[in-house]
Amino acid sequence: MSLLQVKNVSKHFGSLIAVNNISMTVKPGELRAIIGPNGAGKTTFFNLITGFFRPTAGRIIFEGRDVTELSPARRVWCGMARTFQVTEVFPELTVRENLRIAVEVASGMRLRPWLSQIDDEKIRGRVRELIDMSGLAAKADRQVGELSHGDQRATEIMMALALNPRLLLLDEPTAGMGDQETYEITQLIRRLHKDGKLTIVLIEHDMRVVFHLADRIMVLDQGKFLAEGTPPEIAANKAVQTAYLGQAA
Amino acid sequence: MSKLFKPDSRHKLAALVAIWTALVLAPFWMPLLGGYTALGTRVLVLGLAAMSVNFLLGFTGVLSFGHAAWFGIGAYGCGMILKFVALSTPLGILAGTLAGGLAGAVLGALIVRRRGVYFAMVTIAFGQVFYYIAFQWSSVTGGDDGLRPFYRQPLHLGIATLDILNDATAFYYFVLVCFALASAAMAFILRSPFGRTMLAIRENERRARFLGIPVELHIWIAFTLSCFFMAYAGSLYALVNNFADPRGLHYSQSGDFVMMAVMGGMRSFWGPLLGAILFVVFQDYVSSVTINWQIFIGFLFVLVVLFFPRGILGAIRHRVAS
Repeated sequence: MSLLQVKNVSKHFGSLIAVNNISMTVKPGELRAIIGPNGAGKTTFFNLITGFFRPTAGRIIFEGRDVTELSPARRVWCGMARTFQVTEVFPELTVRENLRIAVEVASGMRLRPWLSQIDDEKIRGRVRELIDMSGLAAKADRQVGELSHGDQRATEIMMALALNPRLLLLDEPTAGMGDQETYEITQLIRRLHKDGKLTIVLIEHDMRVVFHLADRIMVLDQGKFLAEGTPPEIAANKAVQTAYLGQAA
Repeated sequence: MSKLFKPDSRHKLAALVAIWTALVLAPFWMPLLGGYTALGTRVLVLGLAAMSVNFLLGFTGVLSFGHAAWFGIGAYGCGMILKFVALSTPLGILAGTLAGGLAGAVLGALIVRRRGVYFAMVTIAFGQVFYYIAFQWSSVTGGDDGLRPFYRQPLHLGIATLDILNDATAFYYFVLVCFALASAAMAFILRSPFGRTMLAIRENERRARFLGIPVELHIWIAFTLSCFFMAYAGSLYALVNNFADPRGLHYSQSGDFVMMAVMGGMRSFWGPLLGAILFVVFQDYVSSVTINWQIFIGFLFVLVVLFFPRGILGAIRHRVAS
């Protein structure tokens, strides 16, 4: 039984075909990386899965349910959560408040005009848990907008995690980070995958990260499917090498 | 901003005590500064209106430039009850609040998908529709002359009667109680999980959506609540003047409310009240000197925005924090 099944999706923007007839199946517990040169359609593919765009053709099946027509918010309710290529957080709120909002929404309390003492305690407890897991305890009461890029990323990932997703989608989690930050985020993702048994799909440019983390890799090029396999298979694949290094190689 | 989430800090408690003490004692200290009680009453009502605009602008990040419509509908609703239906102040307030709030709810449902400038423009357009109705439909609204005559009615409290019609101080306290109820309700909503989703939408709509918040629904609820508060302030305004004026629905009136919110500080709860104090007192003083008072208000606005981009209260809080 697959967790996520993408069936022959395409996305056209006018005459531009950003994603051309791509299929993907992700099993529960898998960590799947999507790689490809710039403009390969990776982020558009992500946006189709999470409902940011409707596909021009094709279906998206999540846990056996067709979610192709559902809004982003409804897909979150189904158990999908994502982060963005450019970090999306609530910059003028603290780390704790960012996570608190995510936890309250995940607990189905977003329309509540008040909270009972018991609910409030439960939410605070869950927020503390997430903060401890993120390693941001010392910065929990600072505004997220003031934190380093890496810490903002970690906050965003923890917000996605607060939603208790069964599928976590990370769009270039280490983009723009230094070596130390990249290492820390990689370790965080690894923990979520190995200890949390979370299914993760990520887009990544840093090949060290990809080969370190991924169970399987899918390669896109110019909107088309190029290859799929385990990290050693992809490393040995001639078509992938050509796409990355150009014809001359 | 983040203070909304925390248990009351000492600063915040001190500020609250100071604000409420000043408001409760206003009829005693204002005359010493050359003010008068009715001016204080006007400040409270217009301040409440500016806070209602800011409920949406400062806390949800949505700018409505047509909120005077709900203010005006509240005023006409209240006035019509007193003029045509029953001599009851509470009934007038209730009817005005419901009329403006429900009209806002219906309109809100039509426009919540618009954003930014487009949202502001659509609200101006619809606001002007209500303005022209009030202006043209003379047989019902009194047209250009406004709705009159009607008078706020004394309150019968069982054991005693509060003569809010003739006793300016009694009326001030009545309006202060109404103001306290509305501001408490606003503060309560802003501290709730729903209130935090408003902040989430203001801070980052995309993130809010991908946390599973149905953004349009939440903006609609925030818009509707803000319209109810606005109409409530409008019905009080009808009582202040014993008169409902079509100019109360005009987009320039909406602009005044936005100006008050921005001058006072739109990221702070009490900022718009401070903005209203500044606006109303300045207007009261300058308009007694020259009929071109609006030029000077404009100057004041430019100066405040230039030197205190966070508004006056925002600048004060920034200084206290650093």
